[in-house]
Amino acid sequence: MKRELNEMGKACPIPVIETKNMLASMHDGDILTVLVDNYIAVQNITKMAAQLKLDIESRKINDKEYSVDITVKKNAVATDDIEDVLCLPDSIRKNTVIMLGSDKFGEGDDDLGRILMKGYIYALTELEKLPQTVIMYNSGARLSSKASESVGDLKILESQGVEILTCGTCIDYLGLDKDPEVGTVTNMYVIAEKISEATKLIRP
Amino acid sequence: MNEEILFCKGGGCTAKLGAGALSSVLSKLPKNYDPNLLVGYDSSDDGAVYKITEDLAIVQTLDFFPPMVEDPYIFGQIAAANALSDVYAMGGEVKTALNIVCFPEQMDLNILGKILQGGNEKVIEAGGVLVGGHSISDNDVKYGLSVTGTVDPKKVLKNNACKPGDHLILTKPLGVGIIATAQRVGECSREAMDEAIKSMTTLNKYAAEIIRKYRVNACTDITGFGFLGHLREMLGNGFGADIDSIKIPHIHEALHYAKKFLYTSAGQKNRNHFGDNVIFKGIPFAMEEILFDPQTSGGLLISIDPDDAGPALKELRELGLPCGIVGRVTTEISEIIVN
Repeated sequence: MKRELNEMGKACPIPVIETKNMLASMHDGDILTVLVDNYIAVQNITKMAAQLKLDIESRKINDKEYSVDITVKKNAVATDDIEDVLCLPDSIRKNTVIMLGSDKFGEGDDDLGRILMKGYIYALTELEKLPQTVIMYNSGARLSSKASESVGDLKILESQGVEILTCGTCIDYLGLDKDPEVGTVTNMYVIAEKISEATKLIRP
Repeated sequence: MNEEILFCKGGGCTAKLGAGALSSVLSKLPKNYDPNLLVGYDSSDDGAVYKITEDLAIVQTLDFFPPMVEDPYIFGQIAAANALSDVYAMGGEVKTALNIVCFPEQMDLNILGKILQGGNEKVIEAGGVLVGGHSISDNDVKYGLSVTGTVDPKKVLKNNACKPGDHLILTKPLGVGIIATAQRVGECSREAMDEAIKSMTTLNKYAAEIIRKYRVNACTDITGFGFLGHLREMLGNGFGADIDSIKIPHIHEALHYAKKFLYTSAGQKNRNHFGDNVIFKGIPFAMEEILFDPQTSGGLLISIDPDDAGPALKELRELGLPCGIVGRVTTEISEIIVN
Protein backbone atom coordinates (compact mmCIF):
# COMPACT_ATOMS: atom_id res chain seq x y z
CA MET A 1 0.00 0.00 0.00
CA LYS A 2 1.11 3.53 -0.66
CA ARG A 3 0.44 6.45 1.61
CA GLU A 4 1.22 10.10 1.42
CA LEU A 5 1.96 12.66 4.08
CA ASN A 6 1.92 16.35 3.31
CA GLU A 7 4.34 18.16 5.61
CA MET A 8 4.62 21.31 3.53
CA GLY A 9 4.81 24.44 5.68
CA LYS A 10 5.65 22.55 8.86
CA ALA A 11 8.86 23.19 10.80
CA CYS A 12 11.18 20.48 12.12
CA PRO A 13 10.83 18.39 14.18
CA ILE A 14 7.13 18.12 13.22
CA PRO A 15 7.70 16.51 9.78
CA VAL A 16 10.08 13.99 11.36
CA ILE A 17 7.72 13.10 14.20
CA GLU A 18 4.63 12.83 12.00
CA THR A 19 6.57 10.67 9.57
CA LYS A 20 7.70 8.42 12.41
CA ASN A 21 4.14 8.13 13.73
CA MET A 22 2.73 7.34 10.30
CA LEU A 23 5.38 4.67 9.70
CA ALA A 24 4.38 2.99 12.95
CA SER A 25 0.85 2.38 11.62
CA MET A 26 2.00 0.95 8.27
CA HIS A 27 2.83 -2.56 7.11
CA ASP A 28 5.72 -4.46 5.62
CA GLY A 29 6.47 -3.35 2.08
CA ASP A 30 4.27 -0.25 2.26
CA ILE A 31 5.71 2.92 0.83
CA LEU A 32 5.26 6.26 2.51
CA THR A 33 5.74 9.39 0.44
CA VAL A 34 6.38 12.54 2.45
CA LEU A 35 6.22 16.00 0.91
CA VAL A 36 8.26 18.75 2.54
CA ASP A 37 9.15 22.28 1.51
CA ASN A 38 12.84 22.44 2.36
CA TYR A 39 15.95 20.33 1.94
CA ILE A 40 16.87 20.41 5.64
CA ALA A 41 13.64 18.54 6.41
CA VAL A 42 14.65 15.94 3.79
CA GLN A 43 17.98 15.53 5.58
CA ASN A 44 16.32 15.24 8.98
CA ILE A 45 13.89 12.57 7.75
CA THR A 46 16.79 10.77 6.07
CA LYS A 47 18.72 10.76 9.37
CA MET A 48 15.74 9.17 11.08
CA ALA A 49 15.35 6.53 8.36
CA ALA A 50 19.04 5.69 8.67
CA GLN A 51 18.64 5.14 12.40
CA LEU A 52 15.64 2.90 11.75
CA LYS A 53 17.56 1.11 8.99
CA LEU A 54 14.84 1.86 6.42
CA ASP A 55 15.35 2.38 2.70
CA ILE A 56 14.78 5.94 1.66
CA GLU A 57 14.82 7.87 -1.60
CA SER A 58 14.29 11.56 -2.06
CA ARG A 59 13.99 13.90 -4.98
CA LYS A 60 13.66 17.60 -5.53
CA ILE A 61 10.52 18.66 -7.35
CA ASN A 62 11.37 22.34 -7.20
CA ASP A 63 13.00 24.77 -4.77
CA LYS A 64 9.98 24.68 -2.49
CA GLU A 65 8.95 21.07 -2.83
CA TYR A 66 10.74 17.82 -2.06
CA SER A 67 9.42 14.30 -2.06
CA VAL A 68 10.75 11.52 0.18
CA ASP A 69 9.86 7.83 -0.30
CA ILE A 70 10.36 5.47 2.63
CA THR A 71 9.87 1.73 2.33
CA VAL A 72 8.47 0.11 5.47
CA LYS A 73 10.16 -2.96 6.88
CA LYS A 74 7.84 -4.69 9.26
CA ASN A 75 10.33 -5.61 11.95
CA ALA A 76 11.69 -2.14 12.05
CA VAL A 77 8.44 -0.25 12.65
CA ALA A 78 6.24 -2.73 14.48
CA THR A 79 5.92 -0.24 17.30
CA ASP A 80 6.21 3.47 17.54
CA ASP A 81 8.56 3.15 20.48
CA ILE A 82 11.79 3.71 18.62
CA GLU A 83 13.98 2.57 21.46
CA ASP A 84 12.30 -0.81 21.30
CA VAL A 85 12.72 -0.86 17.57
CA LEU A 86 16.43 -0.23 17.69
CA CYS A 87 17.04 -3.22 19.93
CA LEU A 88 14.70 -6.09 19.31
CA PRO A 89 14.33 -8.62 22.13
CA ASP A 90 16.31 -11.24 20.20
CA SER A 91 19.37 -9.05 20.58
CA ILE A 92 19.70 -10.06 24.24
CA ARG A 93 22.82 -12.12 24.86
CA LYS A 94 21.76 -15.07 26.98
CA ASN A 95 23.41 -15.54 30.34
CA THR A 96 25.56 -12.46 30.06
CA VAL A 97 25.56 -10.73 33.42
CA ILE A 98 26.98 -7.30 34.16
CA MET A 99 28.04 -6.71 37.75
CA LEU A 100 28.16 -3.08 38.86
CA GLY A 101 29.82 -3.12 42.28
CA SER A 102 30.44 0.61 42.40
CA ASP A 103 28.80 3.83 41.27
CA LYS A 104 32.17 4.71 39.77
CA PHE A 105 33.80 3.25 36.67
CA GLY A 106 37.39 2.42 37.46
CA GLU A 107 39.63 3.72 40.21
CA GLY A 108 41.16 7.14 40.56
CA ASP A 109 39.30 10.42 40.46
CA ASP A 110 35.80 9.99 41.95
CA ASP A 111 34.10 12.61 39.80
CA LEU A 112 35.63 11.14 36.65
CA GLY A 113 34.58 7.67 37.80
CA ARG A 114 30.95 8.81 38.14
CA ILE A 115 30.97 10.50 34.73
CA LEU A 116 32.41 7.36 33.17
CA MET A 117 29.82 5.12 34.85
CA LYS A 118 27.00 7.32 33.55
CA GLY A 119 28.57 7.07 30.10
CA TYR A 120 28.98 3.30 30.42
CA ILE A 121 25.33 2.70 31.31
CA TYR A 122 24.22 4.93 28.46
CA ALA A 123 26.58 3.07 26.12
CA LEU A 124 24.94 -0.21 27.20
CA THR A 125 21.65 1.06 25.77
CA GLU A 126 23.42 1.53 22.44
CA LEU A 127 24.81 -2.01 22.28
CA GLU A 128 23.65 -4.27 19.47
CA LYS A 129 23.58 -7.21 21.88
CA LEU A 130 22.28 -6.45 25.33
CA PRO A 131 23.18 -8.33 28.50
CA GLN A 132 20.53 -10.51 30.08
CA THR A 133 21.00 -9.12 33.57
CA VAL A 134 22.52 -6.11 35.28
CA ILE A 135 23.21 -6.53 39.00
CA MET A 136 23.99 -3.51 41.15
CA TYR A 137 25.55 -3.97 44.57
CA ASN A 138 27.65 -2.17 47.16
CA SER A 139 27.85 1.52 46.12
CA GLY A 140 26.63 0.39 42.69
CA ALA A 141 23.19 0.20 44.33
CA ARG A 142 23.06 3.98 44.12
CA LEU A 143 22.82 3.72 40.33
CA SER A 144 19.17 2.61 40.42
CA SER A 145 18.16 5.04 43.17
CA LYS A 146 16.18 8.24 42.78
CA ALA A 147 19.19 10.57 42.71
CA SER A 148 20.98 8.62 39.99
CA GLU A 149 21.39 10.15 36.56
CA SER A 150 21.38 6.65 35.06
CA VAL A 151 17.77 5.80 35.94
CA GLY A 152 16.54 6.77 32.45
CA ASP A 153 19.11 4.55 30.75
CA LEU A 154 18.42 1.62 33.08
CA LYS A 155 14.70 2.00 32.32
CA ILE A 156 15.47 1.77 28.62
CA LEU A 157 17.46 -1.41 29.20
CA GLU A 158 14.59 -2.81 31.25
CA SER A 159 12.06 -1.94 28.54
CA GLN A 160 14.18 -3.98 26.13
CA GLY A 161 14.04 -7.02 28.35
CA VAL A 162 17.19 -6.63 30.40
CA GLU A 163 16.74 -7.77 33.98
CA ILE A 164 17.73 -4.97 36.37
CA LEU A 165 18.52 -6.12 39.91
CA THR A 166 19.66 -4.14 42.94
CA CYS A 167 21.04 -5.70 46.12
CA GLY A 168 18.56 -5.20 48.97
CA THR A 169 21.14 -5.40 51.75
CA CYS A 170 23.04 -2.61 50.03
CA ILE A 171 19.92 -0.45 49.75
CA ASP A 172 19.34 -0.81 53.50
CA TYR A 173 22.96 -0.24 54.39
CA LEU A 174 23.24 2.91 52.28
CA GLY A 175 19.88 4.22 53.50
CA LEU A 176 18.45 4.46 49.98
CA ASP A 177 14.71 4.41 49.16
CA LYS A 178 13.38 0.90 49.74
CA ASP A 179 12.11 0.60 46.19
CA PRO A 180 14.66 1.45 43.51
CA GLU A 181 13.48 3.75 40.70
CA VAL A 182 14.05 0.98 38.19
CA GLY A 183 14.17 -2.81 38.30
CA THR A 184 13.66 -4.99 41.34
CA VAL A 185 15.32 -5.66 44.67
CA THR A 186 17.15 -8.92 45.01
CA ASN A 187 19.09 -10.91 47.63
CA MET A 188 22.39 -12.72 47.80
CA TYR A 189 20.84 -16.11 46.94
CA VAL A 190 19.59 -14.82 43.62
CA ILE A 191 22.82 -12.97 42.96
CA ALA A 192 24.83 -16.14 43.67
CA GLU A 193 22.59 -18.11 41.31
CA LYS A 194 22.82 -15.53 38.52
CA ILE A 195 26.59 -15.45 38.80
CA SER A 196 27.01 -19.20 38.72
CA GLU A 197 24.62 -19.61 35.79
CA ALA A 198 26.28 -16.87 33.77
CA THR A 199 28.29 -17.94 30.77
CA LYS A 200 29.81 -14.49 30.61
CA LEU A 201 30.31 -12.30 33.62
CA ILE A 202 31.31 -8.69 33.06
CA ARG A 203 32.71 -6.54 35.84
CA PRO A 204 33.72 -3.26 34.26
CA MET B 1 -3.87 28.49 25.67
CA ASN B 2 -4.04 29.53 22.01
CA GLU B 3 -2.14 32.63 22.84
CA GLU B 4 0.60 30.53 24.44
CA ILE B 5 1.01 28.39 21.39
CA LEU B 6 1.27 31.50 19.28
CA PHE B 7 3.77 32.85 21.80
CA CYS B 8 6.25 30.05 21.47
CA LYS B 9 7.06 28.38 18.17
CA GLY B 10 10.61 27.33 17.53
CA GLY B 11 12.48 30.10 19.23
CA GLY B 12 15.78 30.79 20.87
CA CYS B 13 18.93 30.28 18.93
CA THR B 14 17.27 27.61 16.80
CA ALA B 15 15.73 30.59 15.00
CA LYS B 16 19.12 31.83 13.85
CA LEU B 17 19.91 32.05 10.15
CA GLY B 18 22.15 29.24 8.99
CA ALA B 19 25.87 29.94 9.09
CA GLY B 20 26.23 29.26 5.37
CA ALA B 21 23.55 31.76 4.38
CA LEU B 22 25.00 34.38 6.66
CA SER B 23 28.64 34.23 5.63
CA SER B 24 27.79 34.39 1.92
CA VAL B 25 26.09 37.73 2.54
CA LEU B 26 28.63 39.15 4.97
CA SER B 27 31.59 38.33 2.76
CA LYS B 28 30.18 40.59 0.01
CA LEU B 29 30.09 43.69 2.19
CA PRO B 30 33.05 46.06 1.84
CA LYS B 31 35.06 46.43 5.02
CA ASN B 32 36.09 49.74 6.48
CA TYR B 33 39.48 49.53 8.15
CA ASP B 34 39.82 51.18 11.54
CA PRO B 35 42.87 50.42 13.68
CA ASN B 36 40.85 50.92 16.86
CA LEU B 37 38.46 48.11 15.99
CA LEU B 38 40.10 45.29 17.95
CA VAL B 39 37.44 42.62 17.34
CA GLY B 40 34.98 42.79 14.46
CA TYR B 41 32.91 40.45 12.40
CA ASP B 42 35.83 39.35 10.20
CA SER B 43 36.82 36.96 13.00
CA SER B 44 33.23 35.67 13.18
CA ASP B 45 32.70 37.17 16.62
CA ASP B 46 29.17 38.13 17.60
CA GLY B 47 30.24 41.47 18.94
CA ALA B 48 32.79 44.18 18.50
CA VAL B 49 35.51 45.66 20.69
CA TYR B 50 36.54 49.22 19.91
CA LYS B 51 39.50 50.89 21.58
CA ILE B 52 38.85 54.37 23.01
CA THR B 53 42.08 54.90 24.96
CA GLU B 54 45.08 52.72 25.74
CA ASP B 55 43.33 51.16 28.73
CA LEU B 56 39.68 51.42 27.75
CA ALA B 57 37.68 49.79 25.00
CA ILE B 58 33.95 49.41 24.52
CA VAL B 59 32.31 46.06 23.84
CA GLN B 60 29.17 46.18 21.72
CA THR B 61 26.80 43.33 21.03
CA LEU B 62 23.16 42.55 20.43
CA ASP B 63 21.01 39.46 20.31
CA PHE B 64 17.30 38.83 20.10
CA PHE B 65 15.03 35.94 19.17
CA PRO B 66 11.54 34.43 19.44
CA PRO B 67 10.48 32.64 22.65
CA MET B 68 11.64 29.07 23.27
CA VAL B 69 9.74 28.64 26.54
CA GLU B 70 6.07 29.21 27.38
CA ASP B 71 6.65 31.46 30.39
CA PRO B 72 7.22 35.09 29.25
CA TYR B 73 9.11 36.05 32.41
CA ILE B 74 11.56 33.17 31.99
CA PHE B 75 11.84 33.95 28.28
CA GLY B 76 12.85 37.52 29.19
CA GLN B 77 15.52 36.21 31.55
CA ILE B 78 16.89 33.79 28.98
CA ALA B 79 16.95 36.31 26.13
CA ALA B 80 18.75 38.83 28.32
CA ALA B 81 21.26 36.29 29.70
CA ASN B 82 21.96 35.26 26.11
CA ALA B 83 22.50 38.83 24.89
CA LEU B 84 24.67 39.80 27.87
CA SER B 85 26.81 36.71 27.36
CA ASP B 86 28.81 38.10 24.44
CA VAL B 87 30.29 40.78 26.69
CA TYR B 88 31.50 38.12 29.11
CA ALA B 89 32.87 35.96 26.32
CA MET B 90 35.13 38.87 25.37
CA GLY B 91 36.32 39.45 28.91
CA GLY B 92 34.31 42.64 29.48
CA GLU B 93 31.91 44.09 32.02
CA VAL B 94 28.32 45.05 31.27
CA LYS B 95 27.48 48.75 31.53
CA THR B 96 24.28 49.62 29.65
CA ALA B 97 21.57 47.75 27.79
CA LEU B 98 18.67 48.67 25.49
CA ASN B 99 15.59 46.52 24.93
CA ILE B 100 14.81 45.20 21.45
CA VAL B 101 11.14 44.26 21.22
CA CYS B 102 8.82 42.90 18.55
CA PHE B 103 5.30 42.39 19.84
CA PRO B 104 1.87 41.86 18.25
CA GLU B 105 -0.42 44.80 18.95
CA GLN B 106 -3.42 42.60 19.77
CA MET B 107 -1.57 40.47 22.32
CA ASP B 108 -1.98 40.93 26.08
CA LEU B 109 0.44 43.64 27.21
CA ASN B 110 0.93 41.85 30.52
CA ILE B 111 2.91 39.28 28.59
CA LEU B 112 5.24 41.99 27.33
CA GLY B 113 5.50 43.32 30.88
CA LYS B 114 6.64 39.93 32.13
CA ILE B 115 9.23 39.59 29.36
CA LEU B 116 10.70 43.00 30.12
CA GLN B 117 10.66 42.31 33.86
CA GLY B 118 12.65 39.11 33.36
CA GLY B 119 15.12 40.89 31.07
CA ASN B 120 15.54 43.82 33.44
CA GLU B 121 16.33 41.53 36.36
CA LYS B 122 19.16 39.93 34.44
CA VAL B 123 20.60 43.32 33.43
CA ILE B 124 20.58 44.36 37.09
CA GLU B 125 22.19 41.06 38.11
CA ALA B 126 24.87 41.75 35.49
CA GLY B 127 25.60 45.06 37.19
CA GLY B 128 24.35 47.09 34.24
CA VAL B 129 21.56 49.60 33.69
CA LEU B 130 18.67 49.30 31.30
CA VAL B 131 18.48 52.67 29.58
CA GLY B 132 15.70 52.37 27.03
CA GLY B 133 14.90 50.44 23.90
CA HIS B 134 12.97 50.17 20.70
CA SER B 135 9.71 48.30 20.12
CA ILE B 136 7.86 47.57 16.92
CA SER B 137 4.58 45.88 16.21
CA ASP B 138 5.13 42.53 14.56
CA ASN B 139 3.26 39.27 13.97
CA ASP B 140 5.49 37.33 16.35
CA VAL B 141 7.11 38.03 19.67
CA LYS B 142 10.84 38.64 19.65
CA TYR B 143 12.96 40.04 22.43
CA GLY B 144 16.57 40.73 23.23
CA LEU B 145 19.07 43.38 24.18
CA SER B 146 21.64 45.63 22.68
CA VAL B 147 24.44 45.69 25.22
CA THR B 148 27.44 47.94 25.77
CA GLY B 149 30.26 46.99 28.07
CA THR B 150 33.83 47.96 28.76
CA VAL B 151 37.09 46.05 28.73
CA ASP B 152 40.79 46.73 29.07
CA PRO B 153 42.07 46.46 25.47
CA LYS B 154 45.05 44.43 26.67
CA LYS B 155 42.76 41.88 28.30
CA VAL B 156 40.28 41.27 25.50
CA LEU B 157 39.51 37.57 25.10
CA LYS B 158 39.54 36.65 21.43
CA ASN B 159 37.40 33.81 20.19
CA ASN B 160 40.09 32.38 17.91
CA ALA B 161 43.47 32.78 19.65
CA CYS B 162 43.80 29.24 21.01
CA LYS B 163 47.21 27.53 21.23
CA PRO B 164 48.06 23.91 20.52
CA GLY B 165 48.03 21.87 23.71
CA ASP B 166 45.41 24.11 25.32
CA HIS B 167 42.65 22.32 27.16
CA LEU B 168 39.05 23.11 26.27
CA ILE B 169 36.56 23.79 29.04
CA LEU B 170 32.80 24.04 28.55
CA THR B 171 30.93 25.76 31.39
CA LYS B 172 27.30 24.77 30.77
CA PRO B 173 25.56 21.56 29.67
CA LEU B 174 24.65 21.08 26.00
CA GLY B 175 21.26 19.95 24.74
CA VAL B 176 18.98 22.88 25.62
CA GLY B 177 17.89 23.21 21.96
CA ILE B 178 16.76 19.60 21.86
CA ILE B 179 15.07 19.94 25.27
CA ALA B 180 13.12 23.02 24.12
CA THR B 181 12.11 21.17 20.94
CA ALA B 182 10.90 18.19 22.98
CA GLN B 183 8.97 20.57 25.21
CA ARG B 184 7.31 22.15 22.19
CA VAL B 185 5.92 18.82 21.05
CA GLY B 186 4.95 17.76 24.57
CA GLU B 187 7.63 15.09 25.03
CA CYS B 188 9.81 16.78 27.63
CA SER B 189 10.00 15.83 31.29
CA ARG B 190 9.56 18.56 33.90
CA GLU B 191 13.01 17.80 35.34
CA ALA B 192 14.79 18.11 32.00
CA MET B 193 13.05 21.41 31.24
CA ASP B 194 13.92 22.76 34.70
CA GLU B 195 17.55 21.81 34.14
CA ALA B 196 17.55 23.57 30.77
CA ILE B 197 15.92 26.70 32.23
CA LYS B 198 18.41 26.82 35.10
CA SER B 199 21.25 26.66 32.61
CA MET B 200 19.79 29.19 30.15
CA THR B 201 18.95 31.78 32.82
CA THR B 202 22.40 31.57 34.42
CA LEU B 203 24.62 34.52 33.49
CA ASN B 204 28.05 33.68 32.09
CA LYS B 205 29.26 36.47 34.35
CA TYR B 206 30.24 34.10 37.13
CA ALA B 207 32.24 31.75 34.90
CA ALA B 208 33.93 34.77 33.29
CA GLU B 209 34.97 36.11 36.69
CA ILE B 210 36.64 32.80 37.50
CA ILE B 211 38.55 32.34 34.27
CA ARG B 212 39.95 35.86 34.46
CA LYS B 213 42.37 34.52 37.06
CA TYR B 214 43.85 31.95 34.70
CA ARG B 215 45.85 31.83 31.48
CA VAL B 216 42.98 31.79 28.97
CA ASN B 217 44.02 32.07 25.33
CA ALA B 218 40.61 32.12 23.68
CA CYS B 219 36.99 32.23 24.75
CA THR B 220 33.61 32.19 23.05
CA ASP B 221 30.05 31.48 24.07
CA ILE B 222 28.13 28.56 22.65
CA THR B 223 24.97 29.74 20.92
CA GLY B 224 23.23 29.08 17.63
CA PHE B 225 26.04 27.29 15.81
CA GLY B 226 26.27 24.64 18.50
CA PHE B 227 29.36 23.27 20.22
CA LEU B 228 31.05 22.07 17.03
CA GLY B 229 30.26 25.27 15.12
CA HIS B 230 31.70 27.56 17.75
CA LEU B 231 34.65 25.21 18.31
CA ARG B 232 35.35 25.33 14.58
CA GLU B 233 35.38 29.13 14.69
CA MET B 234 37.71 29.03 17.66
CA LEU B 235 40.18 26.72 15.91
CA GLY B 236 40.19 28.81 12.74
CA ASN B 237 42.29 27.44 9.89
CA GLY B 238 45.30 26.76 12.04
CA PHE B 239 44.37 24.10 14.55
CA GLY B 240 42.32 21.01 15.23
CA ALA B 241 40.88 19.47 18.37
CA ASP B 242 40.50 16.14 20.13
CA ILE B 243 37.16 15.97 21.91
CA ASP B 244 36.20 13.36 24.50
CA SER B 245 32.44 12.97 24.21
CA ILE B 246 32.10 11.24 27.57
CA LYS B 247 33.25 14.44 29.25
CA ILE B 248 30.81 16.68 27.38
CA PRO B 249 28.45 18.17 29.97
CA HIS B 250 24.92 17.68 28.71
CA ILE B 251 21.36 17.43 29.90
CA HIS B 252 21.02 13.69 29.99
CA GLU B 253 17.45 13.47 28.68
CA ALA B 254 18.54 15.32 25.55
CA LEU B 255 20.27 12.11 24.44
CA HIS B 256 16.97 10.25 24.63
CA TYR B 257 15.02 12.97 22.88
CA ALA B 258 17.59 13.10 20.08
CA LYS B 259 17.20 9.36 19.73
CA LYS B 260 13.46 9.94 19.30
CA PHE B 261 14.32 12.34 16.47
CA LEU B 262 13.31 15.49 18.30
CA TYR B 263 15.85 17.60 16.48
CA THR B 264 15.50 20.89 14.69
CA SER B 265 16.37 22.14 11.26
CA ALA B 266 18.94 24.48 12.82
CA GLY B 267 20.88 21.48 14.14
CA GLN B 268 20.98 19.96 10.66
CA LYS B 269 22.07 23.30 9.20
CA ASN B 270 24.96 23.27 11.66
CA ARG B 271 25.84 19.73 10.59
CA ASN B 272 25.81 20.79 6.95
CA HIS B 273 27.97 23.82 7.56
CA PHE B 274 30.37 22.60 10.23
CA GLY B 275 30.30 18.83 9.76
CA ASP B 276 33.21 18.60 7.30
CA ASN B 277 36.45 17.48 8.90
CA VAL B 278 34.64 16.36 12.04
CA ILE B 279 35.51 12.71 12.62
CA PHE B 280 33.17 10.82 14.92
CA LYS B 281 34.88 7.72 16.21
CA GLY B 282 31.98 5.43 17.00
CA ILE B 283 30.03 7.77 19.25
CA PRO B 284 26.23 7.37 19.39
CA PHE B 285 24.15 9.26 16.85
CA ALA B 286 22.31 11.06 19.67
CA MET B 287 25.60 12.47 20.97
CA GLU B 288 26.42 13.76 17.48
CA GLU B 289 23.10 15.60 17.50
CA ILE B 290 23.90 17.14 20.88
CA LEU B 291 27.24 18.40 19.60
CA PHE B 292 25.48 20.13 16.68
CA ASP B 293 22.50 21.29 18.77
CA PRO B 294 21.98 25.09 18.67
CA GLN B 295 22.23 26.46 22.19
CA THR B 296 20.29 29.36 23.59
CA SER B 297 22.26 31.20 26.26
CA GLY B 298 24.88 28.45 26.20
CA GLY B 299 28.04 28.31 28.25
CA LEU B 300 31.52 29.61 27.62
CA LEU B 301 33.97 27.51 25.63
CA ILE B 302 37.42 28.30 26.98
CA SER B 303 40.80 27.46 25.50
CA ILE B 304 43.07 27.43 28.54
CA ASP B 305 46.68 26.64 29.40
CA PRO B 306 46.76 22.91 30.28
CA ASP B 307 48.29 23.55 33.72
CA ASP B 308 45.43 25.89 34.62
CA ALA B 309 42.60 23.71 33.35
CA GLY B 310 42.24 21.56 36.47
CA PRO B 311 42.17 24.37 39.05
CA ALA B 312 39.83 26.46 36.84
CA LEU B 313 37.42 23.57 36.43
CA LYS B 314 37.38 22.97 40.16
CA GLU B 315 36.24 26.55 40.72
CA LEU B 316 33.73 26.43 37.87
CA ARG B 317 32.15 23.28 39.32
CA GLU B 318 31.27 25.23 42.45
CA LEU B 319 28.93 27.39 40.36
CA GLY B 320 26.60 24.38 40.29
CA LEU B 321 26.17 23.72 36.58
CA PRO B 322 27.53 20.65 34.78
CA CYS B 323 30.83 21.59 33.18
CA GLY B 324 33.98 19.80 32.11
CA ILE B 325 37.33 19.66 30.36
CA VAL B 326 36.07 18.34 27.06
CA GLY B 327 39.19 18.07 24.95
CA ARG B 328 42.35 19.77 23.78
CA VAL B 329 43.66 21.82 20.88
CA THR B 330 45.88 19.97 18.41
CA THR B 331 48.01 20.94 15.44
CA GLU B 332 45.97 18.72 13.11
CA ILE B 333 44.82 21.51 10.82
CA SER B 334 41.03 21.96 10.93
CA GLU B 335 40.43 18.38 12.02
CA ILE B 336 38.06 17.80 14.93
CA ILE B 337 38.18 14.26 16.25
CA VAL B 338 35.40 13.20 18.61
CA ASN B 339 35.99 10.06 20.62
